[in-house]
Amino acid sequence: MKPQHPFTSPPPLDPALLRGLTARRLSRRDALRISGLSAAAMALAACGVKGQGNQTPTTPAADAVAKFWQGKSKNGKVDMASWPLYMDPEKPELKAFTQKTGITVNYQEVIEEMGPWFAKVQPQLSAGQPIGYDIMVITNGVQFKQFVQSNFLAPLDHSKLPNYKANAGASYKNETFDPGNVYSIPWQSGITGIAYDPNRISRPITKLADLWDPAFKGKVGMFNDPAELGNFGMMVLGIDPDKSTEADWQRAADKLKEQKSIVRKYYDQSYIDALGSGEVWITQAWSGDVFQKNVSEGKNFKFVVPEEGGTLWTDNMTIPITAQNPVDAIMLMDYFYDVEVAATLAEYINYITPVPAAKPLIEQHASEASGEDKDYLAAVAESPLVFPTEADYAKLNYYRDFANAAEQQKYQTIFEPIILS
Amino acid sequence: MKRRLAPYFLILPGGLWLLLFFVLPMGIMLSLSLMEGDVVSGYQMTFHWQTYVDGIQNYREQIVRSLIYGLITTVVQIILAFPIAYWIAFRGGRHKSTYLLLLLLPFFVSFVLRTISWRFVLTDEGLLLAPLKSAGLLPADFHIIGTAPAVIGGLVYNFLPFMILPIYVALERIDPRVVEAAKDLYATPVQVFTRVIFPLALPGVFAGVLMTFVPASSDYVNSAVLGSSGTTMIGQVIQSQYLTSQNYPTASALSFTLMAILLIGIFTYARALGTEDVLKVAAR
Amino acid sequence: MAPAPAPVRRRSRGRTGDRLLFVYTWLIIAWLALPIFIMIMFGFNDTKGRYNQTWQGFTFKWYGRLLEIPALTEAVRNSLLIAVGTTVVAGALGTLVGLALGRYRFRGHGTTNFVMFAVIASPELVMGASLLSFFVYIGAGLGKTTILISHVMFSISFVAVVVRARVLTLDRYIEEAARDLGAGPWTTFRLVTWPMIFPAVLAGGLLAFVLSIDDFVITNFTAGTTTTFPLWIWGATRVGLPPQVNVMGTLIFAVGILIALASALSSRRRPS
Repeated sequence: MKPQHPFTSPPPLDPALLRGLTARRLSRRDALRISGLSAAAMALAACGVKGQGNQTPTTPAADAVAKFWQGKSKNGKVDMASWPLYMDPEKPELKAFTQKTGITVNYQEVIEEMGPWFAKVQPQLSAGQPIGYDIMVITNGVQFKQFVQSNFLAPLDHSKLPNYKANAGASYKNETFDPGNVYSIPWQSGITGIAYDPNRISRPITKLADLWDPAFKGKVGMFNDPAELGNFGMMVLGIDPDKSTEADWQRAADKLKEQKSIVRKYYDQSYIDALGSGEVWITQAWSGDVFQKNVSEGKNFKFVVPEEGGTLWTDNMTIPITAQNPVDAIMLMDYFYDVEVAATLAEYINYITPVPAAKPLIEQHASEASGEDKDYLAAVAESPLVFPTEADYAKLNYYRDFANAAEQQKYQTIFEPIILS
Repeated sequence: MKRRLAPYFLILPGGLWLLLFFVLPMGIMLSLSLMEGDVVSGYQMTFHWQTYVDGIQNYREQIVRSLIYGLITTVVQIILAFPIAYWIAFRGGRHKSTYLLLLLLPFFVSFVLRTISWRFVLTDEGLLLAPLKSAGLLPADFHIIGTAPAVIGGLVYNFLPFMILPIYVALERIDPRVVEAAKDLYATPVQVFTRVIFPLALPGVFAGVLMTFVPASSDYVNSAVLGSSGTTMIGQVIQSQYLTSQNYPTASALSFTLMAILLIGIFTYARALGTEDVLKVAAR
Repeated sequence: MAPAPAPVRRRSRGRTGDRLLFVYTWLIIAWLALPIFIMIMFGFNDTKGRYNQTWQGFTFKWYGRLLEIPALTEAVRNSLLIAVGTTVVAGALGTLVGLALGRYRFRGHGTTNFVMFAVIASPELVMGASLLSFFVYIGAGLGKTTILISHVMFSISFVAVVVRARVLTLDRYIEEAARDLGAGPWTTFRLVTWPMIFPAVLAGGLLAFVLSIDDFVITNFTAGTTTTFPLWIWGATRVGLPPQVNVMGTLIFAVGILIALASALSSRRRPS
């Protein structure tokens, strides 16, 4: 009876091809060492050839899991890297976790955009160096694939994830970007839509086309991520990103170029502060951010999923392969799937929670509360931004997936000039 | 015998360090710029000169803009620096070193913090604009941040002492009796300046230009903090190619191109000055 | 034979010109110091929340709550450690090079000079980019070690230039005299040369310390996930800088001033 869930869209790749892509080939390091131009490079090649020959073939998941987790034990601390506005600043959930397990959590909001994050950790991970974090929350998309293909993620031991097994929604156990959830379990899902300040903009905002309205000249914000930009450019023209071709991308880029004269700046996570300071009045935005901003600063910004569509994405918890405290990490990851914890998280951050049982729990909290709290919690339980319905999902699209690196480069070169000039 | 070898032993550790971590990386960057591939599957050396062509074509606007901003910054700085260098050199007296210390004071605070402080001052509803806007002197949507003058202002601000100091050093060396002699020969103040003081200060100006034009053209912090996408400089592009897109070949090619342009500019300028040998200036 | 009225005219015009220049100089100094002043002032701001945007009253409390943000404290700690390391290593290596360049004529003299010049004149962006390319190429990973290596690299030249300038002014005959009196080369260095160049070494060391602790561009390329004070600031601007940043900045500024004054005083005391 259940129609095709949006999270299980047809895999873009033949599984055999996927397996081939994830096979560890000649590493970048080895390729560089074999080539040579200057004498110095040649001298390095001579040194480097000795270290070559470390090609591990794809191992079946079971082996890899056992191998990674063998001999690892609890250390009493865990470092988590995540995005801003994903956690109550008071961190009640983390404090409760520490009380329950004795593990101290160092939660750092150091990730602001996927591109720069991957570029930042890639040199260390490829050198086998720890990056200082045991959990990283990364979005499905180009960089997620790069993480997997580069063997930077530790395979998860699902026997250590009982809460996840019991409480995660069915669709969250069947991701296309990580079949079988070998490397990740979802943190939250979210929607890219439009946020605006109703105090400055009196008319209701409902469409992507509103971001192109010349009346808001100089007060429009957009993301500087090509994936986000590209999707909006395509959706405003009625193009389905999933089926888009290079010609479509060009049309979308042209449309975005038209918009440049009214755009104040292309932002990363900092768009929310620009909105808060009045630098922009209407901006591309992520669904939950606005609510925390409203709570912490007493504003009343609004978030809408545009008529033409919005972008759906999932941020996932992963363990880097050089993590120093993986056992503590996986315990923390599982903790977030406890229904009570998931409910309090959702109540604060207002993103799409992967634990459906949180909804009745929030409704229960609402009935137990009174006054403003009651209204607020009831609103959260009913919010399509936290518990979307099938109709809501139908309006949403994913980031464009790419068959190979060349395609992705092409996409990048088409949209990059918009941000860089 | 030992005496003759002494200098070589002295420069060995430092020289080796620089060879390994300055010269060699430049060579590697050059070779990386000619490779093809991506971070995940590796790079192959293919002598892909096309990377340079593509890079320059795609980012021509940013390269030109960076050079123009650098030029404007340098010229503005010469104009701003000369009077103050002159004053300290000729009228500073006992307090010369105090003035110099005061000028260098800002450098004890991080470049980033200084630029961010400026943004704080110049922001839309900040210290400078809020009172002007509420007094009705400026329209509500007026903004300084995000414009070219803001970026150039930041560049001038951050590198001004690098222009003042060399000019001061050159002016300080001028024998005051030469100036006296010129005045005794009925030279007007303007003539004294153009015929005597400025030419003698030229080596200082050159050093100042060197220490200013290069960092200003390759800067990205000022544009990132005080600018907008319309003021994007090549430094931001290079930084983004390295630290966001990880497009190492293009990034390296652009980096090399920028350095080549700056080097050519400097040598041309040195030639134009005529008598100044670049190395002599460097040795000073 | 200057005509009588001319000197008077010249002097009065000169005086207004002088006064203008005086005012102008102080205006420029004030303009240069403005952001520093703002940074110091807002370290005393009695702000309620984390946002340090509007003045809300004077307080010393942030100096007591300096270490409340662990990530910031760690970043400052990293900055200090690396700066001290840089000062020691670059100070040593740079002094040796400066001695060589100032004292001796040798085959590599011109080349060494040129390389020093090239390091000082090169855009930081290009140096940082080439270092990142290098570390990635050799698969070295990034972190405190690579940051230290980079900082020493660009500091050596500055120290060398300062020391060389000093060495060039030294009276060689003093050393000759010491040697004539029977002192070996090491003793000569220890008792004669070193005290004479010490102020320059100190100044060079100070320069290396300041350059290292405030460096942003090159560090940004070679740090990986490690943070230093400037990097932390850069990353934290989106949320607004907490007052602790102002306090840390003020303290580092004060330390720098103190060392500079100490260096200036010590060089004034030495007659040569």
